Amino acid sequence: MIAALALGMRFGDKRVFRDVSVDLADGGFLLVTGPNGSGKTTLLRVLAGLTAPSQGEVEGPPRHTVGYLGHDPLVYRELTPLENLTLFGRLYRVPERGERIGMLLERFGLWEVRNDRVSTFSRGMQQRLGLCRVLLHEPRLLLLDEPYNALDAAGAELLDGVFTEPRTWIVATHEPRRVDRLATDRLVFA
Amino acid sequence: MTYFSDVAALARKDLLLELRAKETLPSMILFVLAALTIFHFALPGGTAHKAALGLLWAALIFTALLGLTRAFVAEREQGMFDALVLAPCDRSAIWLGKSIAVFAFIACAEVVALPAFAAFFSGIDGRTVAAVALADVGICTVGTLFGAMAVAGRARELLLPLLFLPMAIPIVVGGVGGYLWFLALYDAVFALLAWAAFEYVVSEV
Amino acid sequence: MRRTFSENRVAALGALAVSLMTAAIALIFFYAPSDADQGFSQRIFYFHVPIALTAYVCFSWGAWKALRVLWKRDERADVESYVAIHQGVVFGALTLVTGSIWARASWGVWWSWGENQLVLFLVLFLFYCAYFMLRFSLEAGRARANMSAVYALFGVVLIPISFLAIRLSQKFIHPVVFNRHGPQMSGSQLLTFSVSLAAMLALFAALYNVELAGKRLDSHLRELRELLT
Repeated sequence: MIAALALGMRFGDKRVFRDVSVDLADGGFLLVTGPNGSGKTTLLRVLAGLTAPSQGEVEGPPRHTVGYLGHDPLVYRELTPLENLTLFGRLYRVPERGERIGMLLERFGLWEVRNDRVSTFSRGMQQRLGLCRVLLHEPRLLLLDEPYNALDAAGAELLDGVFTEPRTWIVATHEPRRVDRLATDRLVFA
Repeated sequence: MTYFSDVAALARKDLLLELRAKETLPSMILFVLAALTIFHFALPGGTAHKAALGLLWAALIFTALLGLTRAFVAEREQGMFDALVLAPCDRSAIWLGKSIAVFAFIACAEVVALPAFAAFFSGIDGRTVAAVALADVGICTVGTLFGAMAVAGRARELLLPLLFLPMAIPIVVGGVGGYLWFLALYDAVFALLAWAAFEYVVSEV
Repeated sequence: MRRTFSENRVAALGALAVSLMTAAIALIFFYAPSDADQGFSQRIFYFHVPIALTAYVCFSWGAWKALRVLWKRDERADVESYVAIHQGVVFGALTLVTGSIWARASWGVWWSWGENQLVLFLVLFLFYCAYFMLRFSLEAGRARANMSAVYALFGVVLIPISFLAIRLSQKFIHPVVFNRHGPQMSGSQLLTFSVSLAAMLALFAALYNVELAGKRLDSHLRELRELLT
């Protein structure tokens, strides 16, 4: 699904990581762990194709089959959930957009607030909306950066349910207990 | 055709954001009116129409700059460049959508500024209006590209005027002189270049 | 092996630049005839115009390397483009200074808006100084290389557009009063001019290679330091 050989990353004089290789099969689950600031986020950005690595190359699937959720939920704060998802649904050419959006909002408990501005949401609700956005176009490969952040118990359970879907996952977290048993591949950053 | 529906969706998003926030356009209108008022006091009495017209162009460029500085604020503050760059649409559609939105803001500000200029100083002919419209195209296309560059840097708001103003000098020449063909040439050359270059500005890979 | 070759090239270019410059200065001061109208001070023409032409060469070379950054993803081209534009700004500043001195000597003013090339260099100077501001505000990496390259390409297109604009502006700002170049250059003038131009180009090539060697040494050093840690 996604492969990278001997990736290295450097910001100016500061080295973030080097010699990181990834070879994840279809349906695999790559768990990236390590303390804060160890380079997990940078690796995910490199694998998602947002940042060019200093060394090595990434061979991943085409853009429309990838979903990426970073530290920010990547939604416009002054738009409503419905407007945000409609915009990305158009850009990703999601078929039967309205139904799919409705279903996702329902599932993540955001249907009632679909016409409220995102800026009025709590951090946890924004994270739920971020999950809706990233699942909207049924990506085959998902890259999630600290996805449990800010989620309450119910939100975390919803996310547990998401991980049972048959997709390929790359998840970075500093607190891996919750997804440890799902992992087929591991990368540990020091 | 999907290209243009992407462009329309992106431009509509920007217009919607402005409709909610009501920040950029009112600031631009107030700015241009204040600038014209200052020019009244800066110009000696009985100044020729030509001198006032020159100052109008200065006011329009700086007003546009104000709008361009705000153009990518939503994208910058919420990391939305990542989301847009990852979307499977052509990256130049992001540039075109934003350029159209900025054009709309600048045109709205000018709908106020030009009559105000006519009332404060002297009348404007059709040629000037045409020149302003052509100049807006150049300002939006180049300014949007440079705006995307400026927000990536540390200096941000400070950087855009430095990048953009040398590019605006030919626009002022074409506008003040009323050389419509020159403005059209400028638009064609730089819009094409900006369209081709935007991908490299927002995407690393 | 490659290093000694590159060192030799820098040394050879340096020697070439020095000897051509010596020849050019000798020709300018002792061989070229004094101008009938402007007298001795006209000789600054042999510095001013070759420096200006060299600056154009620098900016064009920088844009060519910028194109290679975007097109071929050539990582070395980023530094090469930067160094060429850096040299271009140095030559551009010299163009402004020599032009200003010439204006003072000929017309008693430090600045003349009537001189197209001088005004163009002012615009280019402003534009390319912003290039450095852009570069310094970004972290080193692919994004900076791409954005610098895009800006450098805009610069090389801005040159003819600005030139045209400045020509147009003369029609409504004020008519062209001065025509510096006057009649065709005589044989001795042409020789002096050509040697001076060759000297400036050699100087650019030498400075370009020296600065580039320095930058490369820097990055080698950084890589070595990294290997040690």
